[in-house]
Amino acid sequence: MIKSFDPHSMLSKISVDKVGVEERVARFQTRSIKNESKLQGLKMVLNMIDLTTLEGKDTPGKVQQMCYKAQHLHDVEPGLPTVAAVCVYPSMVGVAKKALGNSNVKIASVSTAFPSGQSTRDIKISDTQFAVDQGADEIDMVISRGKFLAGEYAFVFDEIAAIKEACGKARLKVILETGELSTLDNVRLASDIAIHAGADFIKTSTGKIQPAATMQVTYTMLMAIKDHYDRTGIMVGMKPAGGISTSKLALHNLVMVKEVLGNAWLSNEWFRFGASSLANDVLMQIMKSTTGLYQSSDYFSID
Amino acid sequence: MAKNTPIKNPTEWNYAASPESTSHIRLEKKYQLFINNEWVAPSSKKYFPSTNPATEEVLAEIAWANAADVDKAVKAARKAYQDVWSKLSGAERGKYIYRIARMMQERAREFAVIESLDCGKPIRESRDVDVPLACNHFFYYAGWADKLEYAMPHKKPESLGVAGQIIPWNFPLLMAAWKIAPALAAGNTVVLKPAETTSLTALKLAEIIKDSGLPPGVVNIVTGYGDTGAAIVNHPNVDKIAFTGSTNVGKIIQRAIAGTHKKSTLELGGKSANIIFDDAPIDQAVEGIVNGIFFNQGHVCCAGSRLFVQENIAERVIHKLKSRMESLYVGNPLDKNTDIGAINSKEQLETIEKYIRIGKEEGAEIYQSQCVIPSKGYFCRPTLFTGVSQSHTIAQEEIFGPVLTIQTFRTVDEVIQKANNTPYGLAAGVWTDKGSRIFNLTTKLRAGVVWANTYNKFDPVSPFGGYKESGFGREGGVHGLGAYLK
Repeated sequence: MIKSFDPHSMLSKISVDKVGVEERVARFQTRSIKNESKLQGLKMVLNMIDLTTLEGKDTPGKVQQMCYKAQHLHDVEPGLPTVAAVCVYPSMVGVAKKALGNSNVKIASVSTAFPSGQSTRDIKISDTQFAVDQGADEIDMVISRGKFLAGEYAFVFDEIAAIKEACGKARLKVILETGELSTLDNVRLASDIAIHAGADFIKTSTGKIQPAATMQVTYTMLMAIKDHYDRTGIMVGMKPAGGISTSKLALHNLVMVKEVLGNAWLSNEWFRFGASSLANDVLMQIMKSTTGLYQSSDYFSID
Repeated sequence: MAKNTPIKNPTEWNYAASPESTSHIRLEKKYQLFINNEWVAPSSKKYFPSTNPATEEVLAEIAWANAADVDKAVKAARKAYQDVWSKLSGAERGKYIYRIARMMQERAREFAVIESLDCGKPIRESRDVDVPLACNHFFYYAGWADKLEYAMPHKKPESLGVAGQIIPWNFPLLMAAWKIAPALAAGNTVVLKPAETTSLTALKLAEIIKDSGLPPGVVNIVTGYGDTGAAIVNHPNVDKIAFTGSTNVGKIIQRAIAGTHKKSTLELGGKSANIIFDDAPIDQAVEGIVNGIFFNQGHVCCAGSRLFVQENIAERVIHKLKSRMESLYVGNPLDKNTDIGAINSKEQLETIEKYIRIGKEEGAEIYQSQCVIPSKGYFCRPTLFTGVSQSHTIAQEEIFGPVLTIQTFRTVDEVIQKANNTPYGLAAGVWTDKGSRIFNLTTKLRAGVVWANTYNKFDPVSPFGGYKESGFGREGGVHGLGAYLK
C-alpha cells in the first residue's frame, strides 16, 4: 500500500534564499585543501564516482571498455581505489554485469524512461524491474518534472514510491533534474518529496540538461537531507551529476558535504559523483601530488 | 599488476593546516610617528608594544605620541592645508587618492597578513573583506574629489581644514580608509590616531602615502593611547573630529568639543537586533545569524548581538544554529580555513568573559561550541544565551565579542518595540519572505542601517552610521562626503 503525499500535512514548503545560498557556497570554495588532505580527498573522489555512459550510441564494446576502466583507473599508480559504480542504460546492465564479474564495482542503471520521464507508470515500473532483473544494484530514476511543475506533487510522490517498491533490494536514486525545476524553492520541495517517498539517494541531474550539478543546487539538497536526518535519524545519500569535471570542483563538493552533513557521509555509500570525465582529472592531480609533475592527458586512458 | 582495491570508508577527513605565509611581509622592529611624510621619534621618548593576540608575541614597538607630538602633527597638517592641499584642484587631489588605492591593491596580501597578525582576525576576512573594502573606499572617494559641486548641489562646498581622526581596533585599515579617503577627497588634511593595539596597518599605509608622493603633511599618523587621542580632540587648531569607538569615549569627546568651532561625527557602540520571522528562509537566516554575531569574533559595532526569533520557529532555529556553530573553525588567524580568530586583546577577552559570567549569574542558559581552542593566545568559543529577556544585562550592554543573546517574540509590533528598546540604534537585520513586511520594519526600526535577508554587508557607496547613542553623522556614500564639507 502506497501512502499518498500531502504537502500540507506532511511538511511545509521551505523557502530558500538564492543570494544566501550563493554566499554560503562561496565560503566552501574558499576552503584551502592542501597536502595529505588533498591526496586523501582526491582518492575519496575516485571511489565515489559513478562512471557513466548514457548515450544512444552505447554498445556492448563501449560498456565493456568502461567497465575495465572502472576497475583499473590507473594501474601504474598502486593503491588507487576503484570507482563506486558504473552507470548505464537498462539494456546495457547485462553487459556490465558480465564485464564486472565479482568486482566491488556496483552497477547503476537509469530507468523510468530516462531522461525525460515522459511515459506511463507501468512502463516505468517494468523498465525498473528489467534493470533489476538484469543485475542492477542501483536504480537512477527520473521524476516527472512536468507533473511537478503543474503542481501535482502527490503524483510525483506516488510515482517515486511505486518505483521504490519495484526496486526490491536495489538502492533507489531519485533524479530531480534541477535544471528544469529552475528555482531553489522547487529543488528543496522536490528533494523533500523524494526523501519522504523513499529515496535512498537524491540526485541532481540526468546530465542532459544544463545547468546540472551546481554547488547551489547540491547545497540545497544537502540541507534537505540534513533536516530529514535531524528529524528521523535516517541517512539519505546525495549524488550530484553533470558538470563536475575538475578535481577542484569535486573537492569543493566534498568540503560542502563534510561541513553540512559531517564525515559520516564521506563514503560512496552516501555520496557519489555522476561523471564521465572527472576521473582522469583527479588521476592527473594525484600523479601531480605523488610525482610533483603534471603529466600529459595522453598518459591517462579514456575508456 | 596489483589489483586495485576500494579504499576503506574513510571515517575522518580533516583539513591539513593551511597557514598563509608571512615571509613576504616587512615589519620594522620599531615604528616612529609619521609627520610631514617623515618618520619622527616621539618627544615623549616612549614606545609601547603591539602584540599578536593569537600568540601573545610582540610584533613591534610603537611610538607613543604626547601633546607636543600631536601639536607638531597638527601644525604640519595645517601648513599642508594652507600651502598645498586646499589650493589643488579636485582632479589633482583625486589623482593622489587613486594612486594610494592602487598601491594598496598591489600590496593587498601584505596588508591582509599584517592585519591578521596584529588584530587576530582570520586571514579569510582580512583578505576578502577588510583590505578590498579599504581599497574600494579610496577608489570610491577619489572619484568624488572633482565632483563635489554635484555631490552638494547649490551649496558651493568647501573643505573644513584639519581633520582629527581617531579609529578603533576592530577594523584598523578599513577604518583608516573610511576616515582618510573622504577627508582628502573633500580637500581636508588629516591627523589620524590608530587604536593602541592595532597600529601596524595604518603605519604600513603611511609607507604607501609617502611612496605615493602625497604632499608632506596632508596625512599624519600619530600612534598612542587615549591621552594621544585626547590631545587631538583638545587641540585648538583641529577643525573636525571624526571618531569611531565606544559610546563612553564618544560622550567624553562631545563634552570636550562643546562650545568650540569643531564639527564632529561619532560612530559609537551598538546592540543591534537581528529579527527572524517564521516565513524566513531558515537555513540562510541561520547563516545570517552566524555572520551577524561571529564575523570578526563579534568585534563589530553593528554586530547582530540581539537575536529575536519568532516563538513558533525558535526551537528549530536554535537547533540549527547550534549545529552550525559546531562547524566553525576557531584557531590560528593565519590559517586560510579559520572562521573565527583571536580576541583582539587580553583586556577585551576579560570583558567578554565578565559578560558571560553575568549572563550565567542572571540565569540565562549558555551554549558554547565544543571546538578545541588554542592554549596560547586570547580565544573565546562562539557562545549563545537562550532564555534571555530585555531585562538581562547581556541583552542591554555591548559585549563586543562572539556572544549572542536570543529572545523570542510573537508579533510584529512586539518585536519592533523590543528591537527599539535600547539606547543604541546602529543596525538591524530583518529576515522574512514578505517584501511588505520588510518595508514596514525598515521604516519603524530606529537604526541607521537595516539589512533585509542579509547581515554585515558593507559597500563604500552605502552610508553607515547610528541613531541615538550609536552616534551621529554618516560615513560612506555621498553622505560621508558631507561630513568633511561646509
